[in-house]
Parts: sequence; C-alpha cells; structure tokens
Amino acid sequence: MKRFAPYLLILPGGLWLAIFLVVPMVFMASVSTQEGDVVNGFVQTFNLSIYGDVLSQYGTQFLRSAGYGLVATVVSIVLAYPMAYWIAFRGGSRKSTYLLLVLLPFFVSFVLRTVSWKFLLADNGLLLSPLKSLGLVPDDFHVLQTTVAVIGGLVYNYLPFMILPIYVALERVDPRVVEAAQDLYAARRQAFTKVVLPLSLPGVFAGVLMTFVPMTADYVNAEILGGPANTMIGNIIQSRFLVNNDYPSAAALSFALMAAMLIGIFAYARALGTENVLEAAAR
Amino acid sequence: MTETQADVEAVAPAASGPPPVPAIELDGVVKEYLAHGEVVQAVKGVTLTIAEGEFFSLLGPSGCGKTTTMRMIAGFEDPSRGTVRLHGQDVTDVPPNKRDVNMVFQSYALFPHMNVWENVAFGLRRKKVPDAEIKRRVGEMLEIVDLGGREKRRPREMSGGQQQRVALARALVNRPRALLLDEPLGALDLKLRQAMQIELKRIQREVGITFVYVTHDQSEALTMSDRIAVMNDGLVEQLASPREIYERPATAFVAGFIGTSNLISGTVDRVEDGCAVLRLGDDGRVLTEEGAHRAGDTIAVTVRPEKVMISTDEPAAGLSAVRGTVAEVVYLGLYNSYAVRLPGGTEVTVFQQNALDSTSTAERGDAVWLSWRPQHSYVIGS
Repeated sequence: MKRFAPYLLILPGGLWLAIFLVVPMVFMASVSTQEGDVVNGFVQTFNLSIYGDVLSQYGTQFLRSAGYGLVATVVSIVLAYPMAYWIAFRGGSRKSTYLLLVLLPFFVSFVLRTVSWKFLLADNGLLLSPLKSLGLVPDDFHVLQTTVAVIGGLVYNYLPFMILPIYVALERVDPRVVEAAQDLYAARRQAFTKVVLPLSLPGVFAGVLMTFVPMTADYVNAEILGGPANTMIGNIIQSRFLVNNDYPSAAALSFALMAAMLIGIFAYARALGTENVLEAAAR
Repeated sequence: MTETQADVEAVAPAASGPPPVPAIELDGVVKEYLAHGEVVQAVKGVTLTIAEGEFFSLLGPSGCGKTTTMRMIAGFEDPSRGTVRLHGQDVTDVPPNKRDVNMVFQSYALFPHMNVWENVAFGLRRKKVPDAEIKRRVGEMLEIVDLGGREKRRPREMSGGQQQRVALARALVNRPRALLLDEPLGALDLKLRQAMQIELKRIQREVGITFVYVTHDQSEALTMSDRIAVMNDGLVEQLASPREIYERPATAFVAGFIGTSNLISGTVDRVEDGCAVLRLGDDGRVLTEEGAHRAGDTIAVTVRPEKVMISTDEPAAGLSAVRGTVAEVVYLGLYNSYAVRLPGGTEVTVFQQNALDSTSTAERGDAVWLSWRPQHSYVIGS
C-alpha cells in the first residue's frame, strides 16, 4: 500500500489533466487537419498544408503579438521590480496589506476592468476631455485604438503576475547576506547589483514566464482597447472560431502559437537558465 | 591584583615610548530603540578598550546586548550616544563598508550564488585589488582554513564546519584591523565546536589580528580569550582575564553565569588579622581574605564546587568549615557531584575528583563537614 501511495496522490490531478487538457488537445489536433464547413460537416483528411497557409496568411499578427508581449514584459519588469523590492524590504509589518492591494484588481472581472479603461481613455473620457478643454493636447489626440493602449492594458492586467514571483524571491534574500556584502566593502549600490539582484533573478525569470505567455496569447486587450491595426493572433483565433466557424484554421493557428511559444520558452530557459544567470552575476 | 595591573600600565609606556593605540575603543556607548512606543535600552553605556592582537570575548546570556555592541563596532547599528573608535579614529558615523573590520556572521551569511572562491574574493574585488594578488591571497587563505581544492563548491554543497571556514576565510583574506565573530560556532555540534575552538585560536596566532568574539558559551570564552567582558542587561559586569573572572567573580551574576558556583550569605562575626569571618549556624564558619567589612554586616561569599573538600571529621582550624547533609550524589565519571544541604537550607555543590584512592565516598543522607581555604571565599560586591 505504501508503495502505491504517491501514485494514488497524483491520481486525481492526473485524471483532471487527462480529461481537461490531453483529450481536448488531441481533439483540436485532429480538428486542425480536417476539411469542410459547418453546414456539410468536417472530414478528417490529414491536411497538414493548412499550417503553412495560416502562418503565411497571419504572419504579421504572429510577429505583432510577440512584439507586444515582449515590450509589455519589459515594461512589467521595470514597474514590478521596484514595487516588489519596496514591499519586501520596506513593507515591514504591512507586507500582507500591500500584497492584498496588488491582488485587489483580481476581485473584479478581467473583461470589466479592461472595459473600464476604455471609458477612462475614451476620446472624450475622464482623462482626455479635461486635457483637451485646457488645450494641453490637440483635439484629434486619442489613446484608444493605439499600440500604447493595448500594451498598457496588457501590462495593467498582468502586472501582479510579475510582482508576486519577484517579491517571493526578494523576500527570501537573507538580510544578513546583504550586511555581509556591506561589511566586505560593498557600497549600497554594489550590495544591490552583486548580491540582491542576482539572488532575485529566479523570481524575474518566473515572472517573465508567467506574463509573457498569457500576454502574447491575449485577445481581450487588443479587442477592447486596440483598433484594426492592433489585431493580435488571439483575436484572429477567436474570430476564426466563433465568427467564421473555420475550426481547422483556428485550431492550426492555436497549435502553431503553442509550438512557437514552447520553442521560445525553451530557448529562453537555456540561454538564461537560473544557474547561468547566477554564474554571470557572481563576477 | 588590581594594584599590579595599575603598576604595569604606569610603567610600560615609560619603558617603550608612547602607549600603543588600542584596536577598538568604546566610550559610553548606548543603544536605544523604540519598541511598541517605548524606548528600550539594549546597551546601557559600555566603555571598554581592546588592545591590538588581543582575543577579546563579549560573554553573556541572550539579550544582554553583546551582539548589539558588536554590531555597533561593525557599523550596522548607530549608537544612540557615545563614541566608537578604531585605531584612535572616531568611526561612529562611518558606514560598515568603509570600516576596516570584518565580521563572521552567526549563520555565516555566505553568498549562496557564488562558489567558495568567489565568496572569499568578494571583499578584495570591491577594494579593487589587482587580479593576480587576489588570486594569490585567496589561494593562501583557503590553504590556511584547510579548504584548498574546494574552490568551485557552492556553500549549500558544504557541511556546517566547512561553511564556517569559508566565512572565516572571506573575512580574514581582507587583512582587517579587527575580526568580529558573532557566535560563529553556535551551529556546530560539540566535537566540531571544540576542534574549531582550537583551530580559531591557531589562526588568530598565525594572522595576528585582533579578534572580538561574541558568545553565550562560557567554556568557549574561557578556553580562547585573552580577556573577557561579561555582559548582563546592557552593561559590562566584569572585564578581566578568564582566570580572574573564574577565580574572582566580581558580582553574583558573574559567579552564577561562569561555571557552577555556590553563593553563601551570612553575618560577619569578627575581623581577624584583617580578614572577615562569617558565622554560619551554631558551629559553622566562613573565612575570607577581606577585611573591608565590620562585624554585624551581612555579606555574600562565593566558592567554586571544586575548591570544597568533603569529610566526616571536623576540619582543621585554618579552614572554612560548615556542617551539612548530603542530599544528592551524582556520579559523572571524572568526578562525583554532591549536593549538600546546610542547616539554613542553602544547597552547596561539591565536586570531588575520582582519584585512585578516593574510596571514602559519602552516601545520600550522611552528615558531613565541608571545608575550603580562606583564599577561595570571594566576597561579592556588597
């Protein structure tokens, strides 16, 4: 009995993943190589050429998604690191309050929050109309339907996923190790760059994984805050599926996106594996 | 004893030019902090001088202020009042990275993302020492602490004793004017701790650097130190050599904290040849070598358990002699420990070595005489 206990423990989770992850994926993989339409039904023809077709047709959106994801991730690091640092080292007894504040937006629906930004940033909305009446920005100035609005929305929605892992990594840094650095002639800035920063890099690494992937695959922000020029790959998949009922190309696009993302993540983990990062930082 | 010391201090400078500058001086150092809206004094005014090359210990129970005192020397805490001087220079407001002292932390605080070599080289790299010299000095230091060939190991891949030696090497490689050690052996097991005590003493002799050692372990402090400051409740209770602290505790706290000690209080009966004699019960007497007390004063006297002899016959006239009943006998291999109850209810601990001929052991319930020489009675501050 004891020998089987570990396997019994993973059984519920394993079953869950098998039913709700593996089965739909196999199903979708099969759909992606079918041909036909909604009226006459789809037939499995093992049509692999569809992958080449969708990639060439939507290459722009693929690249745009990756670019948006990349920029939004970098902006997130720049915003999240100081916040996480402040909470971890200056938060004192109020740390949990600050963390709760970081997570508070999650109590409101993702879509609702994004829609509220649409009202805030509208051409005659709360932000722009006073600025326009004061003549601080030109009358035809707008924020919505621009790249800035989409990337801003992405950063806003996923920032906590960057803050939390960095916070956890910083929180684990022993204050005595920082003191040891100061004792060994490191000024405050050197103690940060040589000790605190390298020790927190695993948190940044995890934060990048947790934000870049969902940001790149996101479609809500581009849908609500962006314009026709900001279409991301997520929007294409969504409209192929739900508007055009073109299940095979939607499924093929999804798999292409997943493959690209996995390759990217592995390359990232290899190039910047935590061990290597630490080796470099120790010098 | 105090007279002799004063003589030496008065004579030495005349013989060898100007007096040497002490490595560390604390002058009326106070550390206060706010806790729940109240001002708490962790250190209540410490003044002491540590000589160049000395092995100096700050000894006391947890919360006595010894670690805070050390952290003020290192620069991690700013004194609320008072002055810290290193080699004659006022460093009270100098940050830790600009003080020429290094610290060995209690939990070692090694850099977990660096290997042994990088850990040890950290300080020299910050000081911009040329690469070739760093290489040579780190190599030499790793040899001294017996870690040659382990340069590439990460701290987490090493045992506690090895991490301890890395921490030591990391501090010593910078050739600081003083090395501060905060309970460095606390995390090691007894065997390793004893080995490291000898090792530390050897390294200190080899490098000739002033060591300031914080510990709550009295045997550790006695074994290694040149001088010990016994601290209690934010103040130094006694500052002296290990022998003097053990043999002549200045206060009841020191007597109780260092080793086992018996505290006997009584009334001064008479002063004989300048020495006070206490009366204890009907036929008990305690002889001392001090006469600063008058008949009728109530004073306390300490005596170490190993100085007390236990016998069935009445002791000779020149000795302290008290009658008691054996309440407990504990066999401890090297010696027997007796708890003897005096008529007043005071319990006195007596150690008797298991010598070849000591067949005459007292049993529980036996009526015995305890005796000791007058010079082993120490009158504790009134």
